[in-house]
Amino acid sequence: MLNKLCIAMCAALTVSLPVLAETLTIATVNNGDMVIMKELSDDFTKKNPGIDLEWVTFEENILRQRVTTDVATKGGQYDVMTIGTYEVPIWANRGWLLPLDKLDANYDLDDLLPAVRDGLTVNDKLHAAPFYAESSMVMYRTDLLAKAGLKMPKEPTWKFIEKAAAAMTDKENSVYGICLRGKAGWGENMALLTAMSNSFGARWFDENWEPQLDSKAWHDTVDYYVSLLQNYGPPGASSNGFNENLALFQTGKCGMWIDATVAGSFISNPEDSEVADKVGFALAPDNGLGKRGNWLWAWSLAVPASTKKSEAAMKFVSWATSKEYLALVAKEKGLAKVPPGTRQSLYNNPAYMEASPFAQITLDSINAADPNNPTVDPVPYVGIQYVAIPEFQGIGTAVGRQLSAVLAGQMSVKEGLARSQKLVKRSMRKAGYPKN
Amino acid sequence: MSIKNSNRSKLFYTGLAWLISTAIFFPILWTFLTSFKTEAEAISAPPSLFFFDWTLENYREVMERSPYFRHFWNSVVISVGSSLLGLLIAVPAAWSMAFNSTKRTKNILMWMLSTKMLPPVGVLIPIYLLFRDLGLLDSLTGLVVIMTLINLPIMTWMLYTYFKEIPGEILEASRMDGATIGEEILYVLAPIALPGIASTLLLNIILAWNEAFWTLILTAAKAAPLTAFIASYSSPEGLFYAKLSAASTLAIAPIIILGWFSQKQLVRGLSFGAVK
Repeated sequence: MLNKLCIAMCAALTVSLPVLAETLTIATVNNGDMVIMKELSDDFTKKNPGIDLEWVTFEENILRQRVTTDVATKGGQYDVMTIGTYEVPIWANRGWLLPLDKLDANYDLDDLLPAVRDGLTVNDKLHAAPFYAESSMVMYRTDLLAKAGLKMPKEPTWKFIEKAAAAMTDKENSVYGICLRGKAGWGENMALLTAMSNSFGARWFDENWEPQLDSKAWHDTVDYYVSLLQNYGPPGASSNGFNENLALFQTGKCGMWIDATVAGSFISNPEDSEVADKVGFALAPDNGLGKRGNWLWAWSLAVPASTKKSEAAMKFVSWATSKEYLALVAKEKGLAKVPPGTRQSLYNNPAYMEASPFAQITLDSINAADPNNPTVDPVPYVGIQYVAIPEFQGIGTAVGRQLSAVLAGQMSVKEGLARSQKLVKRSMRKAGYPKN
Repeated sequence: MSIKNSNRSKLFYTGLAWLISTAIFFPILWTFLTSFKTEAEAISAPPSLFFFDWTLENYREVMERSPYFRHFWNSVVISVGSSLLGLLIAVPAAWSMAFNSTKRTKNILMWMLSTKMLPPVGVLIPIYLLFRDLGLLDSLTGLVVIMTLINLPIMTWMLYTYFKEIPGEILEASRMDGATIGEEILYVLAPIALPGIASTLLLNIILAWNEAFWTLILTAAKAAPLTAFIASYSSPEGLFYAKLSAASTLAIAPIIILGWFSQKQLVRGLSFGAVK
């Protein structure tokens, strides 16, 4: 009897072994494109019956904190994580990420947009696969601009932006010529201001890592930004981030908004936006110095070195960033919902180009971004709207607070930049820069 | 004249109490109302308080997108588990310090409280490494232990204050009758101090329920409680206020209901010994 029982149990175990699923834990942000990925992930589990998926979704800052803690201590809680172009070079150089050299055979790496691929490549190896990428552009109300008797050039200058903002502002009817990020944070107001400062000829550091925040070019940038928003911006601009400006634009309160290209699909979607049929797009402005104020960011999927399921994780990354996935989203959710900015083949698709009025500008903006040469004068760092060093989160946010206070009228531009220069200098000295 | 005056001051204080409680309650009411709006209505300016198209869409989406009941169950296990475990340690500790105090008791109490003065992020890395090596990451056991440790100083302090109010002679009498230490605590002290023990328990359940640093850092998918459920509805790029409000309402509703039913107990416990 006992023998029979043993045999039966062994048989049951043998039969059940191949069915025992491996569970991948995926950490991600709650952006619309990721929500769609989660919804469509049945397609992956059906194609890979041995792999189950567990999702951990978080607000960006919490995600960054958790994932950083885990990856730095080799905790191994996550098998796939969503990170940005800022983290990839830093983490890859520390050996925290596995190089993605086991992607599917038909993945077609050469189809990835070169600027995006370069940003995620470290030591000639791709360390994260782009899920969606964005640059920044000018979004404007075609009706208000026409009413003002102006026409948006495809490549506007900051001078034109000021002129158009003045012409479109109608404070009595709560219409403001320009909406820009003012909320403090390295990924909020400093993303805009850093990218903007590049087109004014400014830079964070010179070749010897000496902070340059008290330079004339930074003064010009912040002076322009503050006076533009104070004269033609919405009230309380110093607490507006991406989402607040999105809400303002969608409800018809902004004439122009310079922000992430991903917003193009939100503001031209009639379900969410009151002004969907009255929006136009143009490249981020410049000042004639050879650099535009557009940035580059790619939310990407990476596999931490601490995972014990690297093979399954690579399979998932291949699936979620493949051409087939883009086709799946187009089929299930519609062409306009396809994650933008990663693959050339998407932009070769005439149906997509027609369905998305912002597609060409997005592509041009991404192609024009060069994180390796972001500024007019040479710099020792990589990154357009950030400086790819671990200290930047801290100093970026600290300077962001000063400049947000300047915008709120709590101190002068000169004082804000002098304080910023001082605190960045101190932080960089403490961190041991210049490093040889 | 004096009656008129006292009526007027009564009216003033009643008004003031209403004003303060409305100010405290308003954010919760606002969250509740926003959870029934569409995303577009949630951000509309000027905002509408009651006159909008009420919808349950956010609740449907939130329930569909995340396993609410799993998060809820995790929250229950973590908060109730850690509070009960904490009581098991705190009651004897408080008993010992209240009835058998030595000259170092005050210092011990202060030392215990001092552990609450360190910002939690200061010990993040050591705790994380310990959890990793003990295999406690993303486990309910690990969270129950950490929440017990975090709330233990408060529990011991609260119980110590309640026990100090109880005349030591009662315990002495039970000892005269031959009660052991265990019997003395269980059959004599516990029934007398029940309101205090109950309010300590309730307060710690609430504290553990709302704790949102360790519960976010030490969990991933399996042991994540309702704090993680709320945090997953904020988005850097996209509108989320209505869905976030629905998730928050779902997360705080159980603890508000618990607090509502046990408010008498809570107030009685918290004001125990207030007038000496």
